[in-house]
Amino acid sequence: MTARARLAVFLAAAAVIAAFFTAECTDLPPFGTDSHPYGERAVAAALDRRTANVVSSVNFDIRAFDTLGEEPILFGTVLGATLLLRQARDERHRRAEAERVMPTTRLFGALLLPVTLVVGVYIVAHGQLSPGGGFQGGVVLATALHLAYVAADYRALKKLRPLAVLDVADSLAAASYSLIGLAGLIAGGAFLKNVLPLGTFNTITSGGTVPVLNAAVGVEVACGLIALLAHFLDQTIERTDPDQQRYGDT
Amino acid sequence: MNQWLIGAAVAFVVLAATTAVLTREPARQAVVLSVLGLGLAVLFAVLQAPDVALSQLAVGTALTPLLILLTVRKVTRRPTRPDDHPATGDDGQDQK
Repeated sequence: MTARARLAVFLAAAAVIAAFFTAECTDLPPFGTDSHPYGERAVAAALDRRTANVVSSVNFDIRAFDTLGEEPILFGTVLGATLLLRQARDERHRRAEAERVMPTTRLFGALLLPVTLVVGVYIVAHGQLSPGGGFQGGVVLATALHLAYVAADYRALKKLRPLAVLDVADSLAAASYSLIGLAGLIAGGAFLKNVLPLGTFNTITSGGTVPVLNAAVGVEVACGLIALLAHFLDQTIERTDPDQQRYGDT
Repeated sequence: MNQWLIGAAVAFVVLAATTAVLTREPARQAVVLSVLGLGLAVLFAVLQAPDVALSQLAVGTALTPLLILLTVRKVTRRPTRPDDHPATGDDGQDQK
């Protein structure tokens, strides 16, 4: 197909989409008004289940089944990266060298690493109360660990990162989401039904299954992302092609 | 006041996104993408969606650019002369 034909096809398709999109947008409620038909119902449902963070209530209670569909996306990504980035036959393993780091950078990392880890745990644990949750907190936890690489070197990061344990934890957390759903099916008669005691509103144990599912997602995201980054970092730092004898362009 | 804040955030996002599309070198693009992620996080926070802003901040600003940079470094590291510019040949396939 020539570039001109491609452009013609694109323009035709874009015109159709633009027309339908504009037609649909005229039916939307105006931007920034006080009336939110879905929002009001979601807030009422969340308060009914004593979950202070409505977004978490939607994600892990009202629409928990949707999250069950989203969760394997990350798991599949990690699995795919693990498969694709494994050590090929023509690649060789090269142990990462110890590197010298500026003392200020080392201090920055040493101070920030524990603080960031605590922030990550906080965001996961308070997902049912304040903005955040399993996904956000999990990403913070995963990136926090990599401050060790910034502040020291790759060897220090590898010591902090027991990959075999993380892989198992990742799989267990991913499976536990479905298991909690099955528990709801057995105890309450519906898959992912919120069967746990709801607790007192705005305390850390409120929300029934919301904090449990939240924690499962937090563990899965944190472990999955660390594993994902580990494969990328291994490729960049510890693998050498046979045709490449000099050590990198750091 | 809030209207102006939203307008400014949207304008910044549009500007950053256009720059990201127009930047052809992957390494530079990753940096622009990181700035775009920051702008999107601000926009989401201004629009009262702190949950989404948090995810955007972590994934769009930190994780995605890091993965792109690691990939670029792995892919372009070849035993060529050091003054050889490595990123000229790899943006031809999605252009025409």
